[in-house]
Amino acid sequence: MSIESRCPVPLLKHETIQMAHGAGGRLSRELTRKVFLPHLGNRCLEALDDQAKFFLEAGMVAFTTDTFVVSPLFFPGGNIGDLAVNGTVNDLAVGGAIPRYLSAGFVLEEGFSLAELERVVKSIADAARIAGVQVVTGDTKVVQKGQCDGMFINTSGIGVVKKGINVSCSNLKPGDRIVVSGTLADHGMAIMTAREGLSFQSGIMSDTASLNGMISKILDEVPEVHAMRDPTRGGLAATLNELAGASRTGIVLDEAALPVRPDVQGACELLGIDPLNVANEGKVVIAAPAENAEAVLRVMREEPGVSGKDAAIVGEVVDDHPGMVIIRTVLGSRRILEMPLGEQLPRIC
Amino acid sequence: MKYIDEYRNPDLARGILKKIEDTVTRPWAIMEICGGQTHSIIRNGIDQLLPDQIRLVHGPGCPVCVTPLETLDRALAIASRPEVILASFGDMLRVPGSRRDLLQARSEGADIRVVFSSLEALRIARENPQKEVVFLAVGFETTAPGNAMAVKQAEREGLRNFSELVSQFMVPPAMRAILSSEEHTIQGFLAAGHVCTVAGYEEYEPIAEKFHVPIVPAGFEPVDILSGVLRVVGMLESGKPGVVNEYSRVVSREGNPGAKKTVDEVFEVADRQWRGIGVIPKSGLQLREKFSGFDAAKKFDVVNIQPEESPFCRGGEVLQGIIRPDACPVFGSECTPMKPLGAPMVSSEGACAAYYRYQGRA
Repeated sequence: MSIESRCPVPLLKHETIQMAHGAGGRLSRELTRKVFLPHLGNRCLEALDDQAKFFLEAGMVAFTTDTFVVSPLFFPGGNIGDLAVNGTVNDLAVGGAIPRYLSAGFVLEEGFSLAELERVVKSIADAARIAGVQVVTGDTKVVQKGQCDGMFINTSGIGVVKKGINVSCSNLKPGDRIVVSGTLADHGMAIMTAREGLSFQSGIMSDTASLNGMISKILDEVPEVHAMRDPTRGGLAATLNELAGASRTGIVLDEAALPVRPDVQGACELLGIDPLNVANEGKVVIAAPAENAEAVLRVMREEPGVSGKDAAIVGEVVDDHPGMVIIRTVLGSRRILEMPLGEQLPRIC
Repeated sequence: MKYIDEYRNPDLARGILKKIEDTVTRPWAIMEICGGQTHSIIRNGIDQLLPDQIRLVHGPGCPVCVTPLETLDRALAIASRPEVILASFGDMLRVPGSRRDLLQARSEGADIRVVFSSLEALRIARENPQKEVVFLAVGFETTAPGNAMAVKQAEREGLRNFSELVSQFMVPPAMRAILSSEEHTIQGFLAAGHVCTVAGYEEYEPIAEKFHVPIVPAGFEPVDILSGVLRVVGMLESGKPGVVNEYSRVVSREGNPGAKKTVDEVFEVADRQWRGIGVIPKSGLQLREKFSGFDAAKKFDVVNIQPEESPFCRGGEVLQGIIRPDACPVFGSECTPMKPLGAPMVSSEGACAAYYRYQGRA
């Protein structure tokens, strides 16, 4: 008679994230093979090295990083995954760069649903495909329950700056026109109305989208563009105040020209929030010489995929009141558009 | 947007402005009671468009501004208890208490949640039976019905872990107090539109008569405010003050009887401390004895907390229309929206913050 003594084999099939998924052992490898590689797989990633190796064409390189802590993770129009790709792609694009490669670092909360993680990873893959970038290196850490809100993602990105392009937030020149690529405040209000506790329903969708295609065409047709920014946290108000401050110029905005969707305006009215202080995740603000502004507008409006149909020239750069943004109201009076104070709402992006 | 765009129509606004210019012959000081109106006036630059003879004075109708320091200090003390979830309207989080604000308390670990109505606080209480949920029930006649309703519902459901820290104000007693002050300069009022939606405007009639001032319930959009100003100026110029409703799309003389009844069931009139102004007799509401089990001040024994006000802030005089925000010695220097010394610098509806934000600086 033989006695068979066998320790129970640890569970390998989990529906939620375990601490071991971040511990570098068998579960970590499972996570990489079963969740990340099938969606994001490419030559660099599949090598499973500690670093990605790739060639870049000669020239100036742009490099950026951003961390995403949005709550809720899934919101109308997107989720933390496409947001994390689009945000970093756009940060490269507004510097005149063609985005090429991204990294993705995940902080996962113990107990987080694997199915939801896979949904996010799939969104990352889709957004990367649309933007024409590859996620070539990544990392996953797991923290104990309660130490993070489901998941945080950091993405960094590398791109190559287009030749002959020199855009910078200190480049505004008096006479420049300010062009926005579409309606304002969609992302922030989508997040806010989706948040638990807000007892009204709305059809407001986040505008999260990569803008590198549109921006590349604009730079091809109008290389004279002086400055570009994506008005994310703090909204248009923060972006324009930064541009005016860095360039030591003033900006005058025309209130009547500012594009805001009626439902977004309605939600803002209800909550007492200025849409100009609210985040966008798929819009670009461009300062271009007056004679080129119409060309910028035309390219924006023709761009498929990204909703540029509401693009508008909303103001101009002036010599007066350097560092200050003034709004000409529909009634003909003027007021200062301040840099927003801080917390409009907790953690939009 | 229907019911908003019409009242922002620039041509309509210009037409009313022209009528105001044609009517006015001498200087008048008009107080808009409500912080929401102050905000709209500054945001739309209405004060720049009015003839020079008309001076708009920002009134005390901003709950963030007039909620007394002791209420904030009590809220801070309650929120710091480990068993408590404090639910509050967002703006209250930045109001400075004696030593810190609720945002700071939150960063130190207090469980403080932003809600948009008292009923959401009630929901939190229902979902967290092991916690004490305290709603910071501040506001004027506009928030009173909702805050009363939450208490009634908590009573009905037997939600004993819900309570309210009440700081409810009423407009008419404040108007009487302002008009009774020897320093006041106010000759006419725009009454707060949404306060009147609940409470009606009957109560203003004896005030208009006694103090010989025109009082006009008005809305919040440029056309609403300009129509209100035109009506006040018309009555001032003709020497025939009275109460005329310029917000008839939502305001009636008797207000909302159902809302008033609910308020009356739960609350009773009480003397109330107004931040920067002092105690105004019978100007507030407190929970009736029957509902004292829902009174957070009693439940958590914070009645004896004694606050310390900044000695430099002159926010009280601003709220009464005695000085303009920029006449305060610390305005824009030691006191800014980033580091407010007094409450009117906190809320976007606060007179000092509105002034700072849109025009007051350099």
